[in-house]
Amino acid sequence: MKKLLLATTAAGLVAAGAASAEDVKLGIILGFTGPIESLTPAMAAGAELAMVEVTESGKFMDGGKVEPVRADSTCVDAGAATAAAERLITSDGVKGIMGADCSGVTGAVLANVAVPNGIVMISPSATSPALSDAEDNGLFFRTAPSDARQGQVLAEVLKEKGIMSVAVTYTNNDYGKGLADSFTAAFEAVGGTVTGTTAHEDGKADYSAEVGALASAGGDALVVAGYVDQGGPGVIRAALDSGAFDTFVLPDGMIGSALEETFGDEIDGSIGTVPGTESEGAGIMMKLIEEAGIENGDGPYVGESYDAAALIMLAMQAAGSTDASAYKEKIMEVANAPGEQIFPGELGKALEILAGGGDIDYVGATAVELIGSGEAAGGYRELEVKGGELTTVKYR
Amino acid sequence: MDFLNAIVALANFVIVPAVAYGSQLALGALGVTLIYGILRFSNFAHGDTMAFGTMVTILVTWWMQSVGIGFGVLPTALLALPFGIAVTALLLLGTDRVVYRFYRRQKAAPVILVIVSMGVMFIMNGLVRFIIGPNDQRFADGARFIISARDFKEMTGLQEGLAIRTSQGITVVTAVVVVALLFWFLNHTRTGKSMRAFSDNEDLALLSGINPERVVAVTWIIVAALATIAGVLYGLDKSFKPFTYFQLLLPIFASAIVGGLGNPLGAIAGGFVIAFSEVTVTYAFKKVLVYLLPESLEPEGLVQLMSTDYKFAVSFAILIIVLLFKPTGLFKGKSV
Repeated sequence: MKKLLLATTAAGLVAAGAASAEDVKLGIILGFTGPIESLTPAMAAGAELAMVEVTESGKFMDGGKVEPVRADSTCVDAGAATAAAERLITSDGVKGIMGADCSGVTGAVLANVAVPNGIVMISPSATSPALSDAEDNGLFFRTAPSDARQGQVLAEVLKEKGIMSVAVTYTNNDYGKGLADSFTAAFEAVGGTVTGTTAHEDGKADYSAEVGALASAGGDALVVAGYVDQGGPGVIRAALDSGAFDTFVLPDGMIGSALEETFGDEIDGSIGTVPGTESEGAGIMMKLIEEAGIENGDGPYVGESYDAAALIMLAMQAAGSTDASAYKEKIMEVANAPGEQIFPGELGKALEILAGGGDIDYVGATAVELIGSGEAAGGYRELEVKGGELTTVKYR
Repeated sequence: MDFLNAIVALANFVIVPAVAYGSQLALGALGVTLIYGILRFSNFAHGDTMAFGTMVTILVTWWMQSVGIGFGVLPTALLALPFGIAVTALLLLGTDRVVYRFYRRQKAAPVILVIVSMGVMFIMNGLVRFIIGPNDQRFADGARFIISARDFKEMTGLQEGLAIRTSQGITVVTAVVVVALLFWFLNHTRTGKSMRAFSDNEDLALLSGINPERVVAVTWIIVAALATIAGVLYGLDKSFKPFTYFQLLLPIFASAIVGGLGNPLGAIAGGFVIAFSEVTVTYAFKKVLVYLLPESLEPEGLVQLMSTDYKFAVSFAILIIVLLFKPTGLFKGKSV
């Protein structure tokens, strides 16, 4: 089998320039253990859905197959994530990476593995504003918007609700700090007051001290820029128990079914935002997810993961090569106008157009529009907890 | 009215949590101090003994919940507690038989026993993670609050709420009962007196016919009970996660040493000293001061001495200060 593969690869190389059948491995590096472990299985399944679709269409690189290889980023341990990414490239020979997930490990993998090895990385969920200016040689993209944008959206939502004074707590890492900073700046710009800011460490048994300090600062609501599988619920629990706050503002890391299970209607009236769009694509994606039977498929970043994987494969097709230095130039091209609009489930059609030399505008599940150095422009879904359930208010 | 609000705010965020935390620390420190007094070494495995006892109690609690045994408004874990204590006592007696007895017969120096206890700590640590896993476990049930912040506000009409959780109430009551029983046992029973004699002067105790193995066995059983109770109360009040129990070792040792190692009264006082300093040093007093001071003097900032991140540093600092100025602790204990 190996010989056969080698033979086909060799044949592919001989047929210079022409796209040829090739089996490609793509890495999926997400935190399957760690603070967002309840979100990642559905995200990985979303990315794999795109790969299966492309393989089954039989049109990728003249009938090539795409095979996913999963690796664990742990979300918090940069060393472990770097080692995992290194393994993907050196021993599995992946041609592109869908990931990583959390901002800190994404930055580490980018700097230590992706850039030195010249491999394209598309993150579905790393949202730290700092990644916008990371040294990436044009190899790094994200289908998630930067938190600089999320901070603005949260500030606007709060202003419309008439909540003009809040306390902020954030999980003590790149994601939490970046989000807290961007929110504070945006909220003060619209005339709000941040009464106090306190970091919380994940994985502690008790957050009453942090909540005590925040309660003393006061405010109409508490912004919890944390993780739903880590310290976040602990902070909310301590705030509810001591009667310090009963309305919470929850950015993307806090949105998940675990929140509904833990608190139910205790946090009614709390507000959340999570990247998402009302586009046609989102509806189609939901149908695809249901058909594939993905558990928790309505969780955050599933569509972004599908889009990230799809973009890598479409760019490869457009460049006629799986070499990152060739196809990295094509990613912005396939993601943005002009060209035929492509929704989820239409990857086969897109591959065909690209093979014929045509142009596409990949819309995907999340209305992908890459701006700046290659990050999503960012639509957000505004949520409110009503009767113990996260319900969508509107898209902005 | 403002004065009352200030007091309630202070009680809600400082006094109630610190009293509960102090009771948990005091029970833990009592265990450490008993081992130091009678077996003459610092037992580093204490935090993980607490984790082990709590784990057994949690497993029994889950079984009870699954067959429908409950304890009304009180958590089921209290019913499961005796089982946890029994299994932990067996584990500790087993460890003593296999590990510590060997070194005791060799009359090993305390420092060797400390290192040995560290080895025991890692094994227990692994055992607990192996059986129940490294994650958070929930096992609390029954009523959550004795009085919730909202009810308190409605009852009193004050702006500030005071919440007392059931687990906090149980912690304090249990701690008082356990401490009273322990002191009665040490002061009024034959076994207790022989333990104290053994602690004061080993050779004299042996001469007067006290069986050392019996004293050691009774000590381990009491330590198992104290550790399991402290662990379960902490788990009920906060949450159970093996790693946080390992981290508890520092404040527990700080409590025992601040109070005076080997002195049970000191362990209790030390527990409360550490708990109150951790909470007050990291508390932001703005709210309380706003109620108390006239408007012109109201503070702008949070009036917080130290960020909450430095909580553990507080116990370290107190430990060092006490060791510098009073090496035997606040109450007269043995020097470290």
